[in-house]
Amino acid sequence: MKNEVENVQIGNKKVSYKDLISKLGPLLALIVLMIFVTVLNPGFISPHNILNLLRQVSTNALIAFGMTFVIITGGIDLSVGSTLALSSALTAGMIVSGLDPILAMVAGVAIGFVLGAVNGLLITKGRMAPFIATLATMTIFRGLTLVYTDGNPITGIGDSFIFKYMGRGYLFGIPFPVVLMLVCFALLFMLLHKMTFGRKTFAIGGNEKAAYIAGIKSDRIKIMIYAISGMMASIAGIIITSRLNSAQPTAGTSYEMDAIASVVLGGTSLSGGRGRIVGTLIGALIIGTLNNGLNLLGVSSFYQQVVKGIVIIIAVLIDRKK
Amino acid sequence: MEVKMTGITKSFGHNSVLRGVDFGLHAGEVHALMGENGAGKSTLMNILTGLHTADSGEILVNGSERTFANPKEAEVNGISFIHQEMNTWADMTVLENLFLGRELKNGIGWIKTKEMKAQAKGVFAELGIHLDLNRDVGTLSVGQQQMIEIAKSLMTNAEVIIMDEPTAALTEREIDVLFTIIEKLKSRNVAIIYISHRMEEIFRISDRITVMRDGVSVATKNTKETHNDEIVRMMVGRDLEDYYPEKHAEIGEVVFEAKQLGQEKVFKNISFQVKAGEIVGFSGLMGAGRTEVMRSIFGIDPLDEGELYLEGEKLLIKSPHDAIRKGIGFLTENRKDEGLILEDSICDNISLPSIDGFKKHLLIDTKAEHDFADMLMKRLNVKAMTREDPASSLSGGNQQKVVLAKWVGIGSKVLILDEPTRGVDVGAKREIYQLMNELADRGVAIIMVSSDLPEILGVSDRVLVIHEGKLAGELSRTEATEEKIMTLATGGY
Repeated sequence: MKNEVENVQIGNKKVSYKDLISKLGPLLALIVLMIFVTVLNPGFISPHNILNLLRQVSTNALIAFGMTFVIITGGIDLSVGSTLALSSALTAGMIVSGLDPILAMVAGVAIGFVLGAVNGLLITKGRMAPFIATLATMTIFRGLTLVYTDGNPITGIGDSFIFKYMGRGYLFGIPFPVVLMLVCFALLFMLLHKMTFGRKTFAIGGNEKAAYIAGIKSDRIKIMIYAISGMMASIAGIIITSRLNSAQPTAGTSYEMDAIASVVLGGTSLSGGRGRIVGTLIGALIIGTLNNGLNLLGVSSFYQQVVKGIVIIIAVLIDRKK
Repeated sequence: MEVKMTGITKSFGHNSVLRGVDFGLHAGEVHALMGENGAGKSTLMNILTGLHTADSGEILVNGSERTFANPKEAEVNGISFIHQEMNTWADMTVLENLFLGRELKNGIGWIKTKEMKAQAKGVFAELGIHLDLNRDVGTLSVGQQQMIEIAKSLMTNAEVIIMDEPTAALTEREIDVLFTIIEKLKSRNVAIIYISHRMEEIFRISDRITVMRDGVSVATKNTKETHNDEIVRMMVGRDLEDYYPEKHAEIGEVVFEAKQLGQEKVFKNISFQVKAGEIVGFSGLMGAGRTEVMRSIFGIDPLDEGELYLEGEKLLIKSPHDAIRKGIGFLTENRKDEGLILEDSICDNISLPSIDGFKKHLLIDTKAEHDFADMLMKRLNVKAMTREDPASSLSGGNQQKVVLAKWVGIGSKVLILDEPTRGVDVGAKREIYQLMNELADRGVAIIMVSSDLPEILGVSDRVLVIHEGKLAGELSRTEATEEKIMTLATGGY
């Protein structure tokens, strides 16, 4: 009896070798990739390019953070790109019609939250498979965007300092989108790994029935998770709209793919129950490095897609081997 | 086919499951294999059919030594195993199920449905089975699905058929049909190994009985030359009084009361009370509605009618969340699907229902959570290296203790235990009984659903018997006997 209790305490510090590999694998891959690109083109590692890369990564990373929660529950959110477009268009529309930009942005994020909650409701109360539900809302949200914009970009957003700052500003020399990404990362990291909400998220992904019987309101948690995913997409939308100084009806097209790829590259299991948001950040950086690096190396954008796909396959194959 | 197994031993890790088993089977006999859960019956059968390899010992088939590489090979050689969880495909027709994997085909792979139908009809006629070959198996009753499995094994020319708890989910009438089929199989010289806990059936159908206990074969008896009590004594190995720890809890006020509970087409007019410190056993055949009553009390399934009271206060329970907040805990019969998140750590599993209690400034107070898990692991004697081990790494008994720890952890006033010792080894079983007694001592009201009659008799203060969704009767500890319970459970008076 006494022995067992001691074992419990001593054993707690043990970290298995296998665990270590799976935790450090994505980071290792990122470092190797960065060295590889730097060797071929030293310009890659310049501070200017790195900040540029981080800014490019920020929108995908924001979406992927939300997607991490979704995928840990065993779900998927295909509608993020369309959510981004619809909330951006509505935000831009509100600013154009004279609403205070700050209020318009808050409303835009709230719209993203609501659109995500609609997904959550369809999946929980409507008992639809996440893939089907978000596939449907993906086209619905995109369609609504086209209806609202009549297929044209919304311009004339004006010169509001705060709105320009969202996509184009710098804080202590760091692009504001990067700051925003890091703040969101910190908050969502806490939510996922340090708070009961995250614990419930993992429990649902691990075994939803057992979680429900243990008193977890799985429907409510899942609705929240899809709402967060929608909200993150709309935050990414604000950055993009600010950068382009216009809302494009086709904004965010196929962004769900990069987001899902980032989550998977980061070691989160598509079957749910396992995952880390740090991994997703690294996954987003891997994809960003590929895009940025292949550009620097002058690889045609057609080939870039092929390379990106191959990298995903290799990463997943290595992950399976473990 | 004659089968002779001698001196079979088998260990899984440090856990020696079989410690020298002898078992012999004659052609054309029904040989009952009996023993408590964890006695090693399934392991022995899995060794015979090639799923496991024995560490030592000898298997003779028709006089010559023989081991099978896998269950498929055993099947080809005439030994079929019909498991409790059946191997049927719900969305395929009866015919497709019968021929799955060995369809009759012509040269270009075209399936010869007509010939298959003719063959299937032949076997059905021989066994006296009347089933539409074009029906989806999912629409059939468990009994009918079992008949398909038996027909299937005959079509592969089985000479030995192992049946694991074949009547567990059958109605009385279906049991009669099954026994008629077994008689027909015997007349074809097929040998049956019949695994069951039900004494009455064993004495009705079997020719010989082998009893196993703690990994050894205790004895083999001719059914005609033995009787109920002797078999029970051999199974348990000691008197019942010793096997079940004595309970001293003082029985107090009524804690929980259910009034006129009903769920359409499942159960009706279920009323009962449970007092502090009392263990109330729910008995009945599988499918009688016991589990369904408990699931609706706990808010997993809806309750169509009836009222629940806890300490005199009327309860409104719409989900397990509500039940837990009121102090009701529920260990379900299905540990792996509903009790545990197998890949998560012991600690995460134990703290899950209580997790909201560990919030400190929005964050989880990890230290308090770990202390909580350690305390419960110690109290319930969960045998694991660390609290961070995944639940999947534990033995059945220890997994069950983790599930119990969850519900002890919320401070349950009412604890519903559905088959608490299913798939648990004998040692851990006793520990679970002791824990139940200890909780009763502290005034917890305990409801135990169990299909294991000796357990019901050994543990409960009172026994309620459910038959076809209705309360068939109530027996006090002193009145209750296996016969009386079985009479009530099967609709007799």
